[in-house]
Amino acid sequence: MTWDQMWELMWPATQETFQMVGVATVCTVILGLPLGVLLVLTSKGGALQNQPVNKVLGAIVNLARSLPFIILMIALISFTRWLTGNSLGWQAATVPLTVGAIPFFARLVETSVREVDRGLIEAVQSMGGGTWTLVRKTLVPEALPGIVASVTTTIIALIGYSAMAGTVGGGGLGDLAYRYGYLRFETAFMWIIVAEIAIIVTIIQLAGDYAVRRLANRGQGGGRTRLLRPRAATPEADESAVAS
Amino acid sequence: MITTTDLTKVYRSRGREVTALAGVDLHVRPGEVYGVVGTSGAGKSTLIRCVNMLERPTSGTVTVDGLELTALSGGENRAGRELREARRRIGMVFQHFNLLASRTVQQNVELPLEIIGLDRTQRRRKAAELLDLVGLGDKARSYPNQLSGGQKQRVGIARALAGDPKVLLSDEATSALDPETTRSILKLLRDLNQQLGLTVLLITHEMDVIKSVCDSAALMRGGRVVESGSLTDLLAEPASELARELFPLSEFGTGHPGSTVLEITFQGDTSAQPFVSQLARTYQIDINILGAAVETIAGRMVGRMRVELSGGHQDNVVPIGYLREQGLQVDVIGAANGAVA
Repeated sequence: MTWDQMWELMWPATQETFQMVGVATVCTVILGLPLGVLLVLTSKGGALQNQPVNKVLGAIVNLARSLPFIILMIALISFTRWLTGNSLGWQAATVPLTVGAIPFFARLVETSVREVDRGLIEAVQSMGGGTWTLVRKTLVPEALPGIVASVTTTIIALIGYSAMAGTVGGGGLGDLAYRYGYLRFETAFMWIIVAEIAIIVTIIQLAGDYAVRRLANRGQGGGRTRLLRPRAATPEADESAVAS
Repeated sequence: MITTTDLTKVYRSRGREVTALAGVDLHVRPGEVYGVVGTSGAGKSTLIRCVNMLERPTSGTVTVDGLELTALSGGENRAGRELREARRRIGMVFQHFNLLASRTVQQNVELPLEIIGLDRTQRRRKAAELLDLVGLGDKARSYPNQLSGGQKQRVGIARALAGDPKVLLSDEATSALDPETTRSILKLLRDLNQQLGLTVLLITHEMDVIKSVCDSAALMRGGRVVESGSLTDLLAEPASELARELFPLSEFGTGHPGSTVLEITFQGDTSAQPFVSQLARTYQIDINILGAAVETIAGRMVGRMRVELSGGHQDNVVPIGYLREQGLQVDVIGAANGAVA
């Protein structure tokens, strides 16, 4: 195989991977974020404490997470066809990818949101804020670094899942590596594709980590942040000067 | 301004019951700084959290500014609309500040204004005013992480004042601060109390806090208020535990056998009189001063002096009567013979 031949195969596959993972990520965040927040709110001591709802949601999430992705994908074929009008192609693959990633992402979001200091929740309640205010102005913004880290982890998991999407004709890099590397013994080509996936995963992880750092370090100065906010105060600001 | 009647709070967990409040009656007058003091576990934290229904009392009523909050609907975590609106008029300051790390100082102060529903321009103006009031006008764009503890608490206070509350609740607001910062925060609370006519209910485990800012105080133990009243009245009460804690004289000597030991408490104007020399001159007696201290409590000069008069109680009835006539509070704490007055 020449480089040109490889490139002709790899470029469309890369696009397919990005399309599948991109659309699935957006749908996962839109649906999984509220689910994760709801898991926290309905739990014991939460603002919408409701044990039956919490138990049912938790059971659904656990069930969905215990299904192997390949089984989930096949089980969802008829649902996919109903939703997208097709059971083949990258569009069709996004449906099982999303369904598989929602519970995964929701659990990660739940963990991040649960870590928001209870004192902040009380502060908002003492100001007369309702549940919606609490979620929108406190829980989500304060948990944002954790949520962004969860998105990064979810994207990388989706890239992994997308390799299996070849089964429903989803295409993508993983499928290409499987077909050429495993079925046609083009081992060298397979490793090149694996290397490309590794590079993509690394870039996503680094970008995600950078975003988390920027969010978590709000107000801690240092590095670029300080360049962007030259007027930021220093922590050793004099308390007595203010008091006098 | 704040009244609780027979307030009880019982926690139930796994069949066990823990009584945090066992019938608390509290009466905070408008415009005063009221301190509740007690050791940890005395129930003071539960009490203040019951005032704005962060904890719902098991029984009893809470009335703030004429509105009975216990009658409003809503659980601990999910308040009804009326209770949420009532809470907007009650500011609260926390021990650990509870500022949002994701927001700047100004945005933190704007949060309650967003809840009230002010528009952007109004919010910005109000937040700037409040930050100036607490002396942090130049820190509006900083993040909480960039501030010292005292500055964070100032932001907390500015935020608590955003809804123009008549009542400010302070839950151990200075307990995480060093002594000097504590003093500056307490001074700020006192200033706000005087400038804005704000009623302040604070809880603390430090007697110094009570001494430096409070008009009235209550001592809690085992979920009950064991003693309460204005500091002036408490200091005039010989048996008052609070007064003893506020003004300890225990380290002073107890005098010689066969003498009478008096504890003289003087407040305000009476402290200007040279009563010791007057007493000595009038009755030609020797007075041995065992110890004395003068402090400013609730903005008034208060002094306590322990003196020793020779002879038993019977011999000193007349001088004691003279001191009492001068408006001094005299407690006979040790006498060689005769009944203790």
